[in-house]
Amino acid sequence: MTTSAAASVRWRVRQPSVIPGFGLTLGFSLAYLTLIILIPLAGLVWRSASLSGAEFLAILTDERTINALEVSFGTAFIAALVNVVFGVIVAWVIVRYEFPGRRIVDAVVDLPFALPTAVAGIALAALYAPNGWVGQVLNVFGIKAAFNPTGIVIALVFIGLPFVVRTVQPIMEEIDREVEEAAATLGANRFQTVYRVLLPGLSPAILTGFALAFARGVGEYGSVIFIAGNIPYVSEIAPLLIVIRLEEFNYGAATAIATIMLSMSFAMLLVINLIQAWSRRRYGHGA
Amino acid sequence: MAPNSSRRLRSPTTEAPFARYALMTAAFLFLALFLLLPLAAVFIEAFRKGPGEFFASMNDPDTLAAIRLTLLVAVIAVPLNLVFGMAAAWAIAKFEFKGKAFLTTLIDLPFSVSPVISGLVYVLLFGAGSVLGPWLKSHGIEVLFAVPGIVLATVFVTFPFVARELIPLMQEQGTGDEEAALSLGASGWQTFWYVTLPNIKWGLLYGVLLCNARAMGEFGAVSVVSGHIRGLTNTMPLHVEILYNEYNFVAAFAVASLLAALALVTLVVKTVLELHYGAEIAAGRKH
Repeated sequence: MTTSAAASVRWRVRQPSVIPGFGLTLGFSLAYLTLIILIPLAGLVWRSASLSGAEFLAILTDERTINALEVSFGTAFIAALVNVVFGVIVAWVIVRYEFPGRRIVDAVVDLPFALPTAVAGIALAALYAPNGWVGQVLNVFGIKAAFNPTGIVIALVFIGLPFVVRTVQPIMEEIDREVEEAAATLGANRFQTVYRVLLPGLSPAILTGFALAFARGVGEYGSVIFIAGNIPYVSEIAPLLIVIRLEEFNYGAATAIATIMLSMSFAMLLVINLIQAWSRRRYGHGA
Repeated sequence: MAPNSSRRLRSPTTEAPFARYALMTAAFLFLALFLLLPLAAVFIEAFRKGPGEFFASMNDPDTLAAIRLTLLVAVIAVPLNLVFGMAAAWAIAKFEFKGKAFLTTLIDLPFSVSPVISGLVYVLLFGAGSVLGPWLKSHGIEVLFAVPGIVLATVFVTFPFVARELIPLMQEQGTGDEEAALSLGASGWQTFWYVTLPNIKWGLLYGVLLCNARAMGEFGAVSVVSGHIRGLTNTMPLHVEILYNEYNFVAAFAVASLLAALALVTLVVKTVLELHYGAEIAAGRKH
């Protein structure tokens, strides 16, 4: 191949194809993406860049902002941990065990995806409030599960569960039973097989599920505000603080908090992609 | 087989009966406590004071206006994202071009943005402090605290649903069928209409179903841009919040039960689609 031919191949934007409509579909997609997603997001960044460094710092070091961010990230972290434990158990039960109604259990896992967050929010608040069905029982043991950070964790556990189950489940289905048989033949007991043979292979998927549930939890709003109690400095989440600042027409503060949250979720997105790239190299499949 | 000998012959790739039952109990208890109980609570609270009260709260003009607005928003937002999803999937799945992976990542972007921020970006774009908002207002067009803003915020949060179902599915199907149709003299549109569309119809329906569920249930983003004007800019989820905050619990749960019923229908249709047309939509579902 001559140099000029190689260069022309390299510089061609797309590979030749007989299929029509490339310009139309890509052009429309890009225009729509730009109008709906990119320009509005760029507007947020531009608005936040127009704040001076001192203003930006003052908003971020404000006691209430720091507390709201701590509440959001702290509760999302705990909820994602709970979801990792129970999500892996639920996925395992669905993939490995035969029982009547297995398909229904499998379908029920998607409920948090389908149920509007506000509906979930008022239902959880009604259940876990001190006079609710579950709240009454917990009250006997002196546990307060609503209108405090515990309530936020409960709502985020609800929201995050399908992220862990649906990430781990397909990888569990692909596990080759011969690996477990080999481990058993070599004298490993069941616990050792699960802990030392199966779990390492599942760990990228579990990590991805954790990251997805965590990222979703940090930004969650609708299901949380009803059960949280929304006490400033105690159980006020960062998205709610954005809404409060907007209602005060304090656009600068709302923008600054949103920018911080947005950059953190993009960092999470990057981490998820890195985990998946690493997993593909190490185990031959994405998480 | 006697239970005793079956225990001795237990497969080395499953757990002891005790561990199995413990795991199943943990999974079922967790799902019951966090998923089923909240769902049941919605319907029980809605009918707490009998069906008469339930239907009376449905018949409220503000509630009916909220239902109409939610349907209107979904009827606009879902087809927009449907057209985008098909265009983007056509460009990405049928052609090889530079920047394809980056474009695919950008399409998923709205999933990692907090709903509140999805609303905030439009407030910044069309609000009082912006360039665009006052200009449109002087031409008699209200975007913020009006229906166009609600539609835009809904389009933002439901943006990826159809595209992310179709892209993997169409990538798996390749371009063979289309090339055959074109070589037999079909035009581009004929190829799309008679060859591609029948191939992707179940995956498309699956994506539209999820897109619609989110469009009708969105709370955070819509809450920021709506202005909460009763009977005018209140969607069903926002109306649930207003009623709940007024301690009008029966009415709040009555409207919530409609949304929960929608979620249940979505789950049933989704499960049926997966059961019967698993192969035609599986590519979009699995990694």
